[in-house]
Amino acid sequence: MRFYLLFSLLLLPGICWGKVHVFACEPEWASLTEQLAGDHATIFTATHAQQDPHHIEARPSLIAQMRKADMVVCTGADLEVGWLPLLIRRSGNAKVQTNKPGYFEAAMEVERLDIPESVDRSQGDVHSAGNPHVHLDPNRITTIAAALSKRLAAIDPDNQSAYIEQLKTFQAKWNEHVSKWQLKAKPLRGMKIVTHHKDWVYLNHWLGLQELATIEPKPGIPPSAKDQKRLLTELSANKPDAIVLAPYQNAKAANWLSQKLDAGIIKLPYTVGGDGQSQDLFNLFDRTIDLLLSAQRAIK
Amino acid sequence: MLNCKRAGAAMLATFFASSFSHAQGYISGNEFNPSISLILDGRYAEYQDDFELPGFLLGPESGLPTKGFSLGHSELTISANVDDQFYGSTSIAIAEHDGSTEVELEEAYLETLGLGHGATVKFGRFLSHIGYLNNQHEHSWAFYDAPLIYTAMFGKTLYDDGIQGRWLAPTDLYLEFGVEVTRGDSFPGGENKGNEGKALFAKIGNDLGNNVSWQLGASAYSSQFDERSTESHGHGHEEEEHGAELHLMEGEVDITGVDAVFKWSPTGNARNQQLVFQAEYFQRDEDATAEFHEDVNSFVSDYQGEHKGYYAQAVYRFSPNWRTGIRYGEIEPKNQFEELESNGIDMDEFLEETELGSTEKTQRRSIMFEYNPSEFSRVRLQYNHRGWGENQDEVWVLQYNMSLGSHGAHSY
Repeated sequence: MRFYLLFSLLLLPGICWGKVHVFACEPEWASLTEQLAGDHATIFTATHAQQDPHHIEARPSLIAQMRKADMVVCTGADLEVGWLPLLIRRSGNAKVQTNKPGYFEAAMEVERLDIPESVDRSQGDVHSAGNPHVHLDPNRITTIAAALSKRLAAIDPDNQSAYIEQLKTFQAKWNEHVSKWQLKAKPLRGMKIVTHHKDWVYLNHWLGLQELATIEPKPGIPPSAKDQKRLLTELSANKPDAIVLAPYQNAKAANWLSQKLDAGIIKLPYTVGGDGQSQDLFNLFDRTIDLLLSAQRAIK
Repeated sequence: MLNCKRAGAAMLATFFASSFSHAQGYISGNEFNPSISLILDGRYAEYQDDFELPGFLLGPESGLPTKGFSLGHSELTISANVDDQFYGSTSIAIAEHDGSTEVELEEAYLETLGLGHGATVKFGRFLSHIGYLNNQHEHSWAFYDAPLIYTAMFGKTLYDDGIQGRWLAPTDLYLEFGVEVTRGDSFPGGENKGNEGKALFAKIGNDLGNNVSWQLGASAYSSQFDERSTESHGHGHEEEEHGAELHLMEGEVDITGVDAVFKWSPTGNARNQQLVFQAEYFQRDEDATAEFHEDVNSFVSDYQGEHKGYYAQAVYRFSPNWRTGIRYGEIEPKNQFEELESNGIDMDEFLEETELGSTEKTQRRSIMFEYNPSEFSRVRLQYNHRGWGENQDEVWVLQYNMSLGSHGAHSY
């Protein structure tokens, strides 16, 4: 009898009190889920903005959280290939297996850029499903939000009407912001930037920024001294307006290049929590555009 | 042998050539095609004396790499979800043993995906989940060789055919329990009436803040055997030429162990900078009837062995490309042989000659330095210093270890 009591105590935390347990791989999807599910979900965020989502260890704590999840919301498109499949397999959780409604990959809901024609390791860490960093295009977020909301409703049908309602509220507010951002960011069109990794492709595409080069010679490959010199020569003729860096990226190469080229570094938040002001998806974009604009003003 | 080598090379070349490509889809490693990865491993080894562990009856794969240039395990792993219910994986190692090329099936298992409630069943041939290092593949170890205690207890690692059940508790704390029933005939077990291998394990782990994680484990393994023949026994090489053999009959082996891992990544990015500390302790009790035959001479005795040991290691990655580590390990034997009958052999002399009667500790200090041009390639220099009693020896190994093919996710 005592054993059963103990056993049921162990099981207690796993019983969700009517709330959907969401395992979000990255902070941007935690934020979006929060916007769409409100009080109907409890959300665990597996990574923070200072972490490189390509390289996360399948730690015991993440396995434990995956075990409890009703739903997984991740970027997908192979971004988390080094850790997510292992977590799911180790979880013993039928609800989040890849063929189940509880498994949601945001990037697969939208058109992806940079889909390579062939994949070979000599090209670096390329993703055959295309560039996975889709969250920096607000128009793609709109599409993903609709799909995610539908999925939440499928998993938690009792609250279906609430999800539909929340999506409407979110979309109205989001669309309003997107128009505002696009207007505000007009002067950024044609701004020349150098980035560390190919994780700004969707932002560039949306705002018309011109990416001259990446500091990494190939995706995921840290630059050698030789690579840096080659890049410097290449850029001397066509100087960038700014060098863009995400919080999780090593600033060493960027600093060197910045000094040599006399170009400023902009540390953009990249995701929710990337700096003090970027606490949700709305102020992530507010902040990103503000930082880019002030960098541009500084040049002129 | 040459043909064998050529076939191996051709096989490797085929997989070398087949660069992976896969359709767009969900993360699965490789959509409908299985993920294929190939590990290429080679060494240059420099040492004086052959490997021996006084006081231990050694299992397979306990020796040192061949002097000079040699290949380690070329390991091919193929894995995929079979369907929505099962995941399957197999690892085939091609290795050189005593001058001939051998193909070893290290793992070939299936694992359930859809049971739910934290339960998973694994069956087939697999690396046991006892200890911490045991179920990691060799190429993900931080040193080229297994700790002494693993060599002594399991003949490197314990893998066997059977079934495993695991249950993960639905708590914030990672808490996992598992049980395995296996054939029990791989070292340190032996031929038996069937499925005498039993293992139990429990693991607990969590994070401390954003950048620190830890895991503790406890495990036990036991097997009963009708017969275990040992590959070599101390200075047994010369005796083998005379047809000398030591067999353990009607025996029982019990192993218990604890393990601890602590990882700290200053920025939360393990790939850039990380300190990993790990330690494991095992003890083994075994008893059996020992039978020794040499030509027409023989003896029979009661055998009781008590063996224990541990290792502790610290590995620091100070940049994405560089890693260094130190390891200390110690093992201690205690064997008792009580003569039952003897036919032309002085058992005490035998024990002294083979060093099976030794109760001396063997200690080993290792240091390694590693360059990783990318996360898929590695060049490592390792130095081992071993001491037992008045004796000591040194081993230098320069190793490359490269991984081709799909991104393998590494377990914690």
